[in-house]
Amino acid sequence: MMSEAEMRQRQGETVNVRFLPAGDRGLVVEFGNEVSPAINVQVRALDAALTAARIPGVVESVPTYRSLGIEYDSSAISSEALQARVGEALANLDAGVLPPPKRVHIPTVYGGAYGPDLPFVAEHAGLTEAEVIGLHARTVYYVYMIGFAAGFAYLGGLPERLHTPRLPSPRIRVPKGSVGIGGNQTGAYPAETPGGWRLIGRTYLDLFDPSQEIPTPMVPGDEVEFIPISEAEYLAAMGEPRAPSHEAKATG
Amino acid sequence: MSELHQVGSRLGFEVLRPGFLTTVQDRGRAGYQRFGVPVSGAVDQIALRVGSVLVGNPQAAGALEIALQGPKLRLLEDAVLALTGAEFAATLDEEPVPWYESFAAHRGQVLDIQGVLRGLRAYLSVAGGIDVPVILRSRSTCLVAHFGGFHGRALQPGDMLPIGRPARALEGLTGWAAPEKWRWNDGSPVMLRVVWGPQDDAFTEEGRGTFLESTYQVTPHADRMGCRLDGPRIAHRLSADILSDWIPPGGIQVPGDGRPIILLVDRQTTGGYAKIATVIGPDISLVAQARPGDALRFQAIGLTEAQGAVRNLEAGMAELPAHLIDTSAWGGPAAMGEVPGAVRTLFEKPAGESANANTP
Repeated sequence: MMSEAEMRQRQGETVNVRFLPAGDRGLVVEFGNEVSPAINVQVRALDAALTAARIPGVVESVPTYRSLGIEYDSSAISSEALQARVGEALANLDAGVLPPPKRVHIPTVYGGAYGPDLPFVAEHAGLTEAEVIGLHARTVYYVYMIGFAAGFAYLGGLPERLHTPRLPSPRIRVPKGSVGIGGNQTGAYPAETPGGWRLIGRTYLDLFDPSQEIPTPMVPGDEVEFIPISEAEYLAAMGEPRAPSHEAKATG
Repeated sequence: MSELHQVGSRLGFEVLRPGFLTTVQDRGRAGYQRFGVPVSGAVDQIALRVGSVLVGNPQAAGALEIALQGPKLRLLEDAVLALTGAEFAATLDEEPVPWYESFAAHRGQVLDIQGVLRGLRAYLSVAGGIDVPVILRSRSTCLVAHFGGFHGRALQPGDMLPIGRPARALEGLTGWAAPEKWRWNDGSPVMLRVVWGPQDDAFTEEGRGTFLESTYQVTPHADRMGCRLDGPRIAHRLSADILSDWIPPGGIQVPGDGRPIILLVDRQTTGGYAKIATVIGPDISLVAQARPGDALRFQAIGLTEAQGAVRNLEAGMAELPAHLIDTSAWGGPAAMGEVPGAVRTLFEKPAGESANANTP
């Protein structure tokens, strides 16, 4: 087995990555150790390049904050051959191949029974509930990755004022569609699960739909905006679940 | 919902008793981890694939995964069945059924798979496969997101399971047995081969030593998501926490309490605990059969050796269905005497008293 240093050397000087073996079926290409759009763009660019290359033996790739997980069948491609192909892709890494981000709107009814922790978040921030809603809803969030559960998007960009510690002990049941804040993160639960975030609202949007080949409304790189709606709108929509509204946004 | 049934699908089983956790599974759902979708599929992939081959199915066919306490099923059609993996007490109309050998079952008969005797998970394969809809390219049940398999859940009393049309006449499919090398065999402690990483550098030298030199026990917290172990604490260098990244199959994460968790098919696609090492693919089948209280040990091997083990496994697996197809052309078991030696070693008919569920 090659050491990381050898693998780094093999990779060359152009892009500073670490190749981490992850068993016989996994290779992790790590670009750094921080949450930043600049690093995440590199992860996504490599993901796009490998997906387009359709390398025989590569089963799938999984983009995360700062690394790309690659699952492969080593009886079809050796780890050396795979690393060579990844090295080529890294040498020609081009964020220009990434599609323009979609802007995904998440209609959200804030507060009340839908967001039982809104008063706590407001008190913690030293704001009124209306100010919390305004701040949360007028921010555009960046989708770093999907993980934890089917359709759960890790979002970046929560204003510092809204950073709120998690619940001391998680709820056993967080209702599907709940919108919450945990530490410096915000997001929406695609299904009922246990969860430790402070719940401030709820959406009727289906965040995971296995009948679609692309089963989530947003993918890494997309932008998310929470749109405040009334309880009446929420209830009306729950009568007839809707597809998410997308707005293609041209990149500058 | 896109529902792709095979042509000629029909109801094959009525569930009289569902068992502890009986689900439809196949090779798993590749390609959707990027959307947070767990891979799912059979935890013991080797047992699933051998079972499929025994009844003449492609290795990716849907089968029933059975854990701890089995189901009681009424046959609604004549069928050819095979049981692989963990050994359970099982009867067909009160008569014991064989393990790792295909057998005929007739419409109206009752297959009663009772308690587990050795191991944890068994697979019931049926010629033609369990024909639930293909969702996101797989028939596997995704229990955590409630889709796939049979209505996204474990079987319940009264469920009627569709089966596909077998590729060949049933008569030629019965009486085939898997050779010894493809059968699960327990040993204690179970030795698992691992490759270091992806985050072995998050642990102290001493922590890595503890991991290799200790014997760990399977705790009751062992399910399709992961197998939580108890034993000596593995020391982190600074912290157990990492920025959430991809969890490979067989990844061994070590949370702050220092006790390892081996992650299995229903694992989250990403996670925030450092992973000291990764169990190699062929040995995940051993984890699949480990029960609470069983002892496990880890042996670190190089990537080249790990991938050599995978190539050996795949080469052997690739031969299994090819030989089955060849032999059916000669009329099946009745013609076994005329089958060339290479095929005989792959599909030996058990000698003498074979119809005993307790015989490995």
